[in-house]
Amino acid sequence: MARIELDLAHAYKPNPTVDEDYALLPLKMTFDDGGAYALLGPSGCGKTTLLNIISGLVTPSQGTVQFGGTNVTGQTPQQRNIAQVFQFPVIYDTMTVAENLAFPLRNRGVAPDKIKQRVGRIAEMLEMSGQLNQRAAGLAADAKQKISLGRGLVREDVSAVLFDEPLTVIDPHLKWQLRRKLKQIHHELKLTLVYVTHDQVEALTFADQVVVMTRGRAVQIGNASALFERPRHTFVGHFIGSPGMNFLPAVGNGGSVRVAGHDLAIPASRLGSGTGPLTLGLRPEYVTLAEPNAAGALPARVIQAQDIGMYWLVTATVGEGDDAKLMRARLSPQQAIPKPGDTAWFAIVGPHTCFYRDDELVEGATI
Amino acid sequence: MELKLERIEQRVGPQTHLYPLDLTLVPRAVTVLLGATQAGKTTLMRVMAGLDTPTKGRVIADGADVTGVPVRERNVAMVYQQFINYPSMTVADNIASPLKLRGEKNVNGRVAELATKLHIEPFLKRLPAELSGGQQQRVALARALAKNAPLMLLDEPLVNLDYKLREELREELSLLFASGQSTVVYATTEPTEALLLGGYTAVLDAGELLQYGPTAEVFRRPQSIRVARAFSDPPMNLVAAEAVDGAVLLPGGMRFPAPLPADAHGAVTLGVRAGSIGIRPREGDVALSGRVELAEISGSDTFVHVDTPVGELVAQLTGVHAFTLGETVTLYIHPAQAYVFGAAGDLLVASRGL
Repeated sequence: MARIELDLAHAYKPNPTVDEDYALLPLKMTFDDGGAYALLGPSGCGKTTLLNIISGLVTPSQGTVQFGGTNVTGQTPQQRNIAQVFQFPVIYDTMTVAENLAFPLRNRGVAPDKIKQRVGRIAEMLEMSGQLNQRAAGLAADAKQKISLGRGLVREDVSAVLFDEPLTVIDPHLKWQLRRKLKQIHHELKLTLVYVTHDQVEALTFADQVVVMTRGRAVQIGNASALFERPRHTFVGHFIGSPGMNFLPAVGNGGSVRVAGHDLAIPASRLGSGTGPLTLGLRPEYVTLAEPNAAGALPARVIQAQDIGMYWLVTATVGEGDDAKLMRARLSPQQAIPKPGDTAWFAIVGPHTCFYRDDELVEGATI
Repeated sequence: MELKLERIEQRVGPQTHLYPLDLTLVPRAVTVLLGATQAGKTTLMRVMAGLDTPTKGRVIADGADVTGVPVRERNVAMVYQQFINYPSMTVADNIASPLKLRGEKNVNGRVAELATKLHIEPFLKRLPAELSGGQQQRVALARALAKNAPLMLLDEPLVNLDYKLREELREELSLLFASGQSTVVYATTEPTEALLLGGYTAVLDAGELLQYGPTAEVFRRPQSIRVARAFSDPPMNLVAAEAVDGAVLLPGGMRFPAPLPADAHGAVTLGVRAGSIGIRPREGDVALSGRVELAEISGSDTFVHVDTPVGELVAQLTGVHAFTLGETVTLYIHPAQAYVFGAAGDLLVASRGL
């Protein structure tokens, strides 16, 4: 196991000049020994490139990769001692479950009694002890993927285990179980795990620290709470949460912000030096219904009210004409829900409100 | 279109893919086919489309028996999981193909209109392979809409997209469907997707049609434990219990008040959705303490798994909450939000909300 330090950038073509030339813009990050990390972002954001650089499948065009203080930039995955789990099961159909799990250990000449013990432990964690002597060929896709996970986790001496969207082929209700297994396994085995996904649930559940990426850039590294409460970049606000954060154009003016023609009072300290054009960000979970003309509230026209079972999702427009912006509110059913066509007042300024300038969070005291 | 399935049954060799079922789709509305993989969703859609002839039963379209009439002789639009476009044609030609086939006038105008609706107008001159997955699926959707067919079948159309794209496209689709021009059938494995699409939901499980009705109603009043299971994400909390003197006796001896039918006795199952369990007490709540086994976090909710004396329970809490594995937590359940199912899995008591 090793602490992983990255200080690098990557471009697939020579002599990159502008940001667009980079698959990965210059970044510096450290993955602590025994930590669980996720690289989260939409397709094309650079997360797989970053994973491949960590594994050694791709050599960064500039900078270095260090494992435990040793420069491994030029080393292969084998030399780096990395275990990998891919989207689709990579197992031997003709072997039994036990033989599949034992394979990475046998390859390394681990003693038979040690193999038996380790395979038993992994099988127990994955709840596959009853299937150890079954041939892999007859198993369902999710069971096969469980074996792949087991093969990735079976060696104790790896520098890190890398996962590339490992739950893609799994049915939603089984995903619950496997996400949970992975978390428990990390708790027990304390391996360094790096997990690539576009799925926020997998990333936020699995990882202690999530690296949110967009367009070759790591825009925030943080735990679930930081990404939810204080997105440092509008992309994080948008990408984390379903639906994501609401964004409304605003103008800061010392003790107030002007949104869609309404001056809403806020403590001046909240904006720091934030006067002038800003973006107000507030998650749908924190938008609440308010009395007309209440402090920090403005009127919006409801265009859709969806009954999502445990709550209502209300979509409304703030502002008029071409400047109108959509805003969503997640409302508990224990109140009167406004209907499409209604004009309702919504409170949008409070401790959970964030302000952004040029997509970056404006730091200020919380309200 | 009014589409009616009468005693439809589908068998392949010794295997039954669909058990006899009757289903009359609400015309010009969305019907969601909800079920896990292998539940029979695709099989049922193929029968509706005319891609497959059912082993038994009849398909009635607008009053006419179309059983066995092949798909090309029916007016049906389909969208699949995979993004299917003509690879050698531009995006514009892809969307135009059904219009040209029908000899429509003002093809360019219609193409532009559909492209605008699906936000692909900048790509009209490109080939599908030059687009991202989400854009390719938009092209396939635009082509399906161009057909203007009275029946539109979508088989998990968003499953291969990133969830943000899925969110965006689902929203646009639900607005398009709301125009009420076509009868739409939409297959999904995800309960939340069904709720977001609204309309009507048919719950399928292992080749059986279990329940059909307005989506929110099926969600609130699942007629059986199987429906409740299929229509809950995360899975509904189920606790094996006993009906004794008008109350539900939980393992460990706790009494859970419930308006049981007079004749209810013996084994029952208590069902509580994760979203109905909180960590702050309300008037009349039943409290259960336990140990945190895991906290899962979606962007908007925290799902905390707790080992309690009645078994493991999952609570869904809005927002991001930090829990330490192993810490003690008390869960609160309001009796009015619980379900009770009989020994045969039939619904005895539905949640009355709050």
